[in-house]
Amino acid sequence: MTKTMSPRLRRHENISGYLFLLPSLVFFLGFVVYPMAMCIWTSFTDANMNSNTKDTFIGLANYVELWHDPVFLKALWNTIIIVVVSVPVVCIFSLWVASAIYRMKEGTLSFFRVVFYLPVVTGSVAVTVVWKWMYNNYYGIFNYLLKGAGVIDKNINWLGDPKYALGCIILILLTTSVGQPIVLYVSALSNVDSSLVEAAEVDGANNTQAFWRIKWPQIMPTTLYILIITTINSFQCFALIQLLTSGGPNYATETVMYYIYYTAFKLYRFGYGNAMGVILAIFIAALSAVQFRLAKED
Amino acid sequence: MSKRNGSSRGYQIFSLVVLIVLALLFLFPLYWIVTGALKTPAAINSPTPQWWPEEFTLRNFQVLFSKRSAPLFQIGSLTGPTIPGAIRWLINTVFMAVMAMLLTCATAAMAGYALAKKRFTGRVILFSLIVAAMALPKQVILIPLIREMSSLGLYDNIWAVILPTVGWPFGVFLMKQFAEGIPTEMVEACRIDGANEWRTFTDVMFPMIKPGVGALAIFTFINSWNDYFMQLIMLTSSSNLTISLGIATMQAENSTDYGLIMAGASLAAIPIIVVFLIFQKYFTKGITMGAVKG
Repeated sequence: MTKTMSPRLRRHENISGYLFLLPSLVFFLGFVVYPMAMCIWTSFTDANMNSNTKDTFIGLANYVELWHDPVFLKALWNTIIIVVVSVPVVCIFSLWVASAIYRMKEGTLSFFRVVFYLPVVTGSVAVTVVWKWMYNNYYGIFNYLLKGAGVIDKNINWLGDPKYALGCIILILLTTSVGQPIVLYVSALSNVDSSLVEAAEVDGANNTQAFWRIKWPQIMPTTLYILIITTINSFQCFALIQLLTSGGPNYATETVMYYIYYTAFKLYRFGYGNAMGVILAIFIAALSAVQFRLAKED
Repeated sequence: MSKRNGSSRGYQIFSLVVLIVLALLFLFPLYWIVTGALKTPAAINSPTPQWWPEEFTLRNFQVLFSKRSAPLFQIGSLTGPTIPGAIRWLINTVFMAVMAMLLTCATAAMAGYALAKKRFTGRVILFSLIVAAMALPKQVILIPLIREMSSLGLYDNIWAVILPTVGWPFGVFLMKQFAEGIPTEMVEACRIDGANEWRTFTDVMFPMIKPGVGALAIFTFINSWNDYFMQLIMLTSSSNLTISLGIATMQAENSTDYGLIMAGASLAAIPIIVVFLIFQKYFTKGITMGAVKG
C-alpha cells in the first residue's frame, strides 16, 4: 500500500497528514525552531534587550571574546566538573537501586520509585530553599550533625566557601537527578529476557557473570539514553546556582547556564549570551555523539 | 527466595537496609520543609535543630498570606476582589499548568497520529527535526524567546510561558511512539467503512492512545509547574508570578526567615506532589515510553 499509492490517495494523505500536524507545527516552528534560528543568528550580532533597534552584524566577535573571557572559561570548567562528577554517579547509583528493587512486590517497588522521584516533583525552588537552610552557617543541620559527630570543630559556611560550594551544589543536583534513571532502569531490567539468564545459570554462570554478560548488553540502550539525559540535565544546572550562590563565591560555582542568564539579563548582552548558548549546544551534541559511539562499540 | 533470585540472603538484607536508609535521606528535605513551615521563629533560629516541632504554629502561613495582595483577576479595567498574593500565584500556576497540559495533549495526539500513520511527503525530515530539537538544551532558546514574546506583546504574561511549553516536541515524539503501536488495519478498516479522517481520529485512534495521552498530560502538568527558568525570565510583575517564582522572590527579600520560606515551599510543593501520587502509574509509563528508541 505504501509503495503503490495512487496519485489521488497520495494527495489525500498529504493534505490530511499536514492538517493533523498543523496545530502542533505552529507551536513547534513558532516557539522552538524560530527562536533556535534566532539564537544562532543573533550570536553573530551585538543584539541587546531592545527588540526595536537594529542588530549590527559583527561576525565572530562574540565568539572571539568568549575565548578570552576568564569568567566564561571558569564557568565552562565548572560545568564540565559538574558533568564529569554527576553523570557517572547518577548512572551507577540508579543502576544499583534499580537492580535492588526491580524484583520486589509491586507495592514496595512503586514506593521506592516514588521516593527517589520525589525531589524532582517537589520542584527546584522548594528543594533549593530547604537545602539552603540545611547548609546554613548558623542554623543548618549539616554543621550541627558534623560537629556532633566530631568531624568538624567549627561551623563551616558551606555555600560561602569556594572549597565546598561546588561540591554542595553537586550533592543537591544528584538527589534531583536519579529519579528518572531509576524508573528507566527498573523497566529495562524487568524486560531482560529471563530465559537467557536462566540458561546462563544452568551453564554455571554466577550472578556477576550473568549480569555483565547477559543483562548489561540488553540494558545498554537504556544506559545510553540515561547518559545523554543526565548530561543534558547537568549542563543545564541553573536554579540551584541562581538561588544559592549566584555563581559565587569568587566564581567558584559559576556555570555556563548561569553566566548566559547573567549576561542576558544583568548585562543585557543578548548576542553574547546567545553565542554561549550555541557553544553549549555544540558541547552537548558532541558529548552525546561520543557517548553514542562508545556505547555502539561496546 | 528461588534460586534464580540468586544473591545470598545476607546481601539481600544488606541492600534492603541501605535502600531504607537512602529512602529516608531522600524523604528528609520534604519532611524538613513541612515541619519547618510549622515551627516557631525561635525553633527555626536555634542552632540545635528540633527534629519534631515542640510547638506547632500557623504563624508562617499567616505571614505568607498577609505579605502581598493581588486582585483575583484583572480583565481590562475590571478588577476582582483583593486576595493574598500567594493564592494568586497558586491560581496562576494551576492555570498555566492546565493550559499547557490541554494544548500539548491535543496538538501532540494529532501530530503523533499523523507521523505514525500518514504517508505524507516530508514525514521523515520532519521527524528528524523533532528528534534533533529534543536533544538540544531547552534553555538555549529562552533568550531569543524573550524578544519574540515582547514583540508579540506577551512579555510578563502567563501565555509567554505556556506557548513554548506546548511547542516543545517531546509530546509529539511520545504520541508517535504510542500511535505506532496501534495496528494500521484498524485505521484502514474504519476508512473503508466510510468514516472521514476526523472521525477516524476521534473514534478509533484517540480511545486507543488514551493511556499515552494520560501519561503525556501528567508529564506536562508536572514539568510546566516546575519549569522555574522559563517562568523566571518571562514573568516580572508581582501579580503575574507563579508559586515557585513567588517563593524565590520572597526568599531573595526575606532570606533569613526560613519558617516563612518553608511555608511558601510547602504551598508550592504539596499540590504537585499530591497530583503526582495520584497519577504516578501514568507518569512512570510516560517516562519509559519516551525513552524507547530515544
